[in-house]
Amino acid sequence: MQHYTMNLNLKVWRQKSGTSTGGFETYSVSNISSEMSFLEMIDVLNERLIKEGGDPIAFDHDCREGICGMCSMVIDGRPHGPWKGTTTCQLHMRAFKDGDTITIEPFRANAFPVIKDLMVSRSAFDRIIQAGGYVSVNTGNAVDGNAIPIEKEKADDAFAAAACIGCGACVAACKNASAMLFLSAKVSHLALLPQGEPERKQRVVSMVAQMDKEGFGSCTNTYACEAECPKEISVLNIARLNREYLNASLSGS
Amino acid sequence: MHMLDSMIPAGPLEEKWTRYKGTVKLVNPANKRKLEVIVIGTGLAGSSAAASLGEMGYKVKAFCFQDTPRRAHSIAAQGGINAAKNYQNDGDSVYRLFYDTIKGGDYRAREANVYRLAEVSTHIIDQCVAQGVPFAREYGGLLSNRSFGGTQVQRTFYAAGQTGQQLLIGAYQALERQVALGTVEMFSRHEMVELVIIDGKARGVIVRDLVTGELERHFGHAVLLCSGGYGNVFYLSTNAMGSNVTAAWRAHRNGAYFANPCFTQIHPTCIPVSGDHQSKLTLMSESLRNDGRIWVPKQQGDNRKPNQIPEEERDYYLERRYPAFGNLVPRDVASRAAKERCDAGYGVGSSRQAVYLDYAAAIQRYGKAEVSKHNLGNVSTEVITNLGKEVVKEKYGNLFAMYEKITGENPYEVPMRIYPAVHYTMGGLWVDYELKTTIDGLYALGEANFSDHGANRLGASALMQGLADGYFVIPYTLGNYLADEIRTTPISLDHPAFVEAEKKANDRIQRLMSIQGKQTVESFHKRLGKIIWDQCGMARSEEGLKKAIADVQALKKEFWSDVRIPGEVNAMNPELDKAGRVADFIELGELMCVDALNRNESCGGHFREEFQTSDGEALRDDEQYMYVSAWEYNESGWDLHKEELNYEKVKPSQRSYK
Repeated sequence: MQHYTMNLNLKVWRQKSGTSTGGFETYSVSNISSEMSFLEMIDVLNERLIKEGGDPIAFDHDCREGICGMCSMVIDGRPHGPWKGTTTCQLHMRAFKDGDTITIEPFRANAFPVIKDLMVSRSAFDRIIQAGGYVSVNTGNAVDGNAIPIEKEKADDAFAAAACIGCGACVAACKNASAMLFLSAKVSHLALLPQGEPERKQRVVSMVAQMDKEGFGSCTNTYACEAECPKEISVLNIARLNREYLNASLSGS
Repeated sequence: MHMLDSMIPAGPLEEKWTRYKGTVKLVNPANKRKLEVIVIGTGLAGSSAAASLGEMGYKVKAFCFQDTPRRAHSIAAQGGINAAKNYQNDGDSVYRLFYDTIKGGDYRAREANVYRLAEVSTHIIDQCVAQGVPFAREYGGLLSNRSFGGTQVQRTFYAAGQTGQQLLIGAYQALERQVALGTVEMFSRHEMVELVIIDGKARGVIVRDLVTGELERHFGHAVLLCSGGYGNVFYLSTNAMGSNVTAAWRAHRNGAYFANPCFTQIHPTCIPVSGDHQSKLTLMSESLRNDGRIWVPKQQGDNRKPNQIPEEERDYYLERRYPAFGNLVPRDVASRAAKERCDAGYGVGSSRQAVYLDYAAAIQRYGKAEVSKHNLGNVSTEVITNLGKEVVKEKYGNLFAMYEKITGENPYEVPMRIYPAVHYTMGGLWVDYELKTTIDGLYALGEANFSDHGANRLGASALMQGLADGYFVIPYTLGNYLADEIRTTPISLDHPAFVEAEKKANDRIQRLMSIQGKQTVESFHKRLGKIIWDQCGMARSEEGLKKAIADVQALKKEFWSDVRIPGEVNAMNPELDKAGRVADFIELGELMCVDALNRNESCGGHFREEFQTSDGEALRDDEQYMYVSAWEYNESGWDLHKEELNYEKVKPSQRSYK
């Protein structure tokens, strides 16, 4: 792989706090290596801003290996940037070329208020989980792990849904700021497993109610969520969610 | 110096935990509702502890610095979790898991704790399955296992290469369920900055709200530190950017002893450093050593591409040196062997600080197995290769994809380049059998304590320990303490100890902000990391450690006179948060070197160049050093206390994987 360096223009959303108005600021960065990660490029800029007496850009990040779900950002109009199935922290600068202008914004949704610059609050997701995204089993109640065989295919499908990292890209990608992909991933994960069976109906009803209460929009099946999901969670989960919801509503739960 | 008492219950090793549980003091349900517990950190240990204690009826307050508890760094653990289920009928047992862990730790772990860990390991799997953790399964519907380093049985349970994620989400969901029920109050984006001690007992914490910058006081009848390890002292590590030692270090500064700080784990299979811009390192799971073969060219400085180097000119050095365990030797052994080859000039890649991890043979092997399974008869090599790639993709797909994203190279076609990197810290706050530190009412769980892994941790044992401590140990041992606290009513937040602790935290913040120097926090952290990596990393020497101590002391002075922190105190200020953490890492870095210098032997991850066998293996000195070093902080340095290690069951011997 050929490595190269580049000079870039960055248009970055700056907003002092949740209550202040924000706007774009333009920065130029030079000598950026194609081997850097996108966040390392921002680190370089922030180090410079600190030295110049400026205010570094606030952004969420932690594991920097694509699994914690803390990083966010809309890069050139796309949550987590141009690479498919990739979080911002795993996006590398070889995705860009010398002279590019890159626009960087926070995830935008009413239910995800901005805290500062590129940082938003996604605590609405925690409250959706609190509404029923679990199996009610206390520590110590369990039977042997192999007591209930589970079809491999079902276990694999449950895992594929459970791979959601709760980053919120689905919401940011959706024109309605709907949280259906996030919610459906959890409902699917638990509905596919025998352990989730006893609370299956109550769970989906409560979680959907909480989602609505948080102010997320409705799903109009444009599938932008699936296209931008860094873990490539399938929209088939939304179809399953709708079936689960209908089933639970019709049977009176 | 005094000898520490680890409060190990009497009786035969196999019966200690059962006897303890049968005789430990209990707290009745009505009293549990009046007792408050503070949990710092929401990784596997913290989430599982907070959820379990909430279920039992205690009033719990849990804190994490991330935006939600589900982000804690346990989430990044890839390969798996061990349990002595013996589902594979390959001779596993509680004793074997116990023995492997003690041996893997190079006979520097406490027998009683490790035995208990092996005992409860089976319950962890049951609990997680009951929560709906989607472990990998076989076609018959039963749980699947794989091998990990340092063992000869298959006892590792996994969920693709995302086991930590699935286990943490299980614990997180249990935690959120308690939040919904009102037994746990959750504080995200909060960081503990001071411990509150009243009459010798931990009674609360001072935390900083990372959004507003405000300091808050919180009371608890007990405080549990589940704040993870301190690998980020090296700057570059596989830890998350925010992982830090501050909670543990504040406890240490308040009297909690810090044990075996020099026992750090350098993981053999990480993606090599690509340049000065590097902010963190990425692990390639140890599970890859199940099928991958590690090699370097037989010729020094060989510039050919890996695929151009013929089989007979490759040195599969782990298979050569350790025929019994081959590529599955424990981490410390594998890391040192990679360093030895690179130092001797056989390294690969542009930096020459890398070795190959090659899947070509595994792809062929799996491909042929598929051909025979599906009765495909005579097929071309290309078909076999493609079938093999599919199998490898199912087993390790997410890891291969991650490698490609970071390096731009396709590991299905060319061998991966890997090099050791800091991954885990076996050292941590000293705890007794009950996981209690040397401060009454203060407990440490998971990676934050030192207790179970000795001088080297085996793969897939960190997840096991975190969940063992949180789900199955602390719910019993904490009750033994709280049973005597039922008459303690909540202490007012205006108590002088709270006022004093908040003032201390505030003074420190003001002092940091008032420096207004020229150098960034990040630049200090990088320099600290380089000192510790060079002198207290994979190889240590008396001379190097003495130099490192002097260098760290000088760095500390420079930090406190020239660091530049922008922004305000009473607002979100990530640079200020980082400055507090780096200041603590600097002090810890010195203690690590002090500890490494004290330990005149090599064991596990602690390799002193002066102490090695003729074939370059770690040379222990059981006569002099079969103890846990537990350091007490004082204004002028540290005092050493020792916990003698008594092996009743296992006979320590020269560790061999040949």
